[in-house]
Amino acid sequence: MSEKLEEIAELVALALGDMVQSSKIAFGDLAISVNAIDIVKTLTKLRDVSTLDFDCFIDLCGVDYSNREQRFEVVYHLLSLSQNARIRIKVTTDEETSVPSVTEVFPAANWYERETFDMYGILFDGHPDLRRILTDYGFEGYPLRKDFPLSGFVEVRYDDAEKRIVYEPVKLLQDFRNFDFLSPWEGADYILPGDEKAEQEGKA
Amino acid sequence: MADKQIKNYNINFGPQHPAAHGVLRMILELDGEIVERVDPHVGLLHRGTEKLIEHKNYMQAVPYFDRLDYVAPMNQEHAFCLAAERLLEIKVPRRAQLIRVLFSEIGRILAHLLNVTTQALDVGALTPPVWGFELREELMVFYERASGARLHAAYFRVGGVHQDLPEQLIKDIKDWIPSFNKRLKDIDDLLTGNRIFKQRNVDIGVVSLEDGLARGFSGVMVRGSGLPWDLRKSQPYECYEEMEFEIPVGKNCDCYDRYLIRMYEMYESAKIMDQCCDKLLSEPAGPICVDNQKITPPKRAQMKQSMESLIHHFKLHTEGVKVPAGDVYAAIEAPKGEFGVYLVADGSNKPYRCHIRAPGFAHLQAMEFVSKGHLLADASAILGSLDIVFGEVDR
Repeated sequence: MSEKLEEIAELVALALGDMVQSSKIAFGDLAISVNAIDIVKTLTKLRDVSTLDFDCFIDLCGVDYSNREQRFEVVYHLLSLSQNARIRIKVTTDEETSVPSVTEVFPAANWYERETFDMYGILFDGHPDLRRILTDYGFEGYPLRKDFPLSGFVEVRYDDAEKRIVYEPVKLLQDFRNFDFLSPWEGADYILPGDEKAEQEGKA
Repeated sequence: MADKQIKNYNINFGPQHPAAHGVLRMILELDGEIVERVDPHVGLLHRGTEKLIEHKNYMQAVPYFDRLDYVAPMNQEHAFCLAAERLLEIKVPRRAQLIRVLFSEIGRILAHLLNVTTQALDVGALTPPVWGFELREELMVFYERASGARLHAAYFRVGGVHQDLPEQLIKDIKDWIPSFNKRLKDIDDLLTGNRIFKQRNVDIGVVSLEDGLARGFSGVMVRGSGLPWDLRKSQPYECYEEMEFEIPVGKNCDCYDRYLIRMYEMYESAKIMDQCCDKLLSEPAGPICVDNQKITPPKRAQMKQSMESLIHHFKLHTEGVKVPAGDVYAAIEAPKGEFGVYLVADGSNKPYRCHIRAPGFAHLQAMEFVSKGHLLADASAILGSLDIVFGEVDR
């Protein structure tokens, strides 16, 4: 399996030349990353080069790494039926920079790009119809960003007096409880109550 | 005679329409009775599953997958478990694989039964759904006897399955298969040759293979267009390699071919179930989850004896499994097509990102492409054969 992937990784490197910024095989998946401006050319090459033949569009999604400078990653998944192999292509972007739309190459990308725009606010340049798709009509904000709270900002209810649905700011009857069971001795990056003093003493 | 002003007519199909298979709102632009433009508005069942999963640990994320394609719950759990297991680099024991395959096939029959019979309902037949639902009910009893729940099973766990199957259940499933085949044949006889059913489905919704692939089609939708592509055969997971079954393909690429494929697949699924039952009964009982107490909880009896097991149990059910950092895409052949999970882990006890690739999302997207130029009444036949369930489309 991994030999086959290495073979394909070489073919990909050959076909794409220096557009490939990095290429890696991990957990049985081949992943490459390219510049956002090259994404249309990359996908077209991957689809049309006969030794690769990645003709089936599988998936497109965003990931938010909010502590990075280029905060968003857009991840494309393609499948080659003749090679029986998958490839993952990653590009990075931020809130303002748009990523070229790949709807011209794969019509299937249309709704996936709309979803990514809806969830993260990533803009796709050249998309024919970049509307929100999954969230409510008139929704504000980008729910899958890491800085969007799990409980959201508005809630809806039916108002009997006004005889219509009304939107109101979220009121929680009890505080939002976040059960964080990460062991404080390994992994958790918060300070235990009372520990802040010890930290200061250590520094001083 | 003076010229008459003719303009296209817009209608709102849904959100509450029996043929919309859930909550789908479609704006249809009609020229007379011909569909000119379709704009599906999805998201009415959006529950933010992906966001919720980011805030739960790996075991708590499993039940969300039951609520995606809720007519075949365990198949979805399977994809998530496979993704997490690949990051953990573990292989589930043989008995767990057999149980998973057995219940994946039960899920496939559940989904296909619902789809085939409600599609018949959409084009005017009332009897098939009644017969089909009786069969589904019996399958759900098997679900219940294995996991305790009819629908939201949470039975597939990272590292194996929750509990072992009682021997009587395996025997009952095996005994059920011949009677299922007989009753499926009844539905088959009722629909396959039916003149009205054929008139409504033959040559409707034709999709060529190239168009289908570019539109992200998978599963029955590409097999209906003549490509023998099934992840169970081409990228086998669990123990599908050793199962004997056939992949039906269509050649006319229309709704009727897709119906025939679903019917045939149910017979094939029953065959796989039969093989699984035989293997489960003949092979010596083994573990049903990996023997690694950092991933799966210890046995109850062990907890009474060993302090370490007790600690493991406590840690697993509070902190949960820690999955090494990395990202992985795992896909399974769900009844509706390729169901994939793109999982990004950051080394903590919660997924950093879990994108769900639902087959229905890609299929519904092509609704405009497939139904353009068809009559309004055909739109519901096409929608039926795309096999849409809103739990997974809206997530």
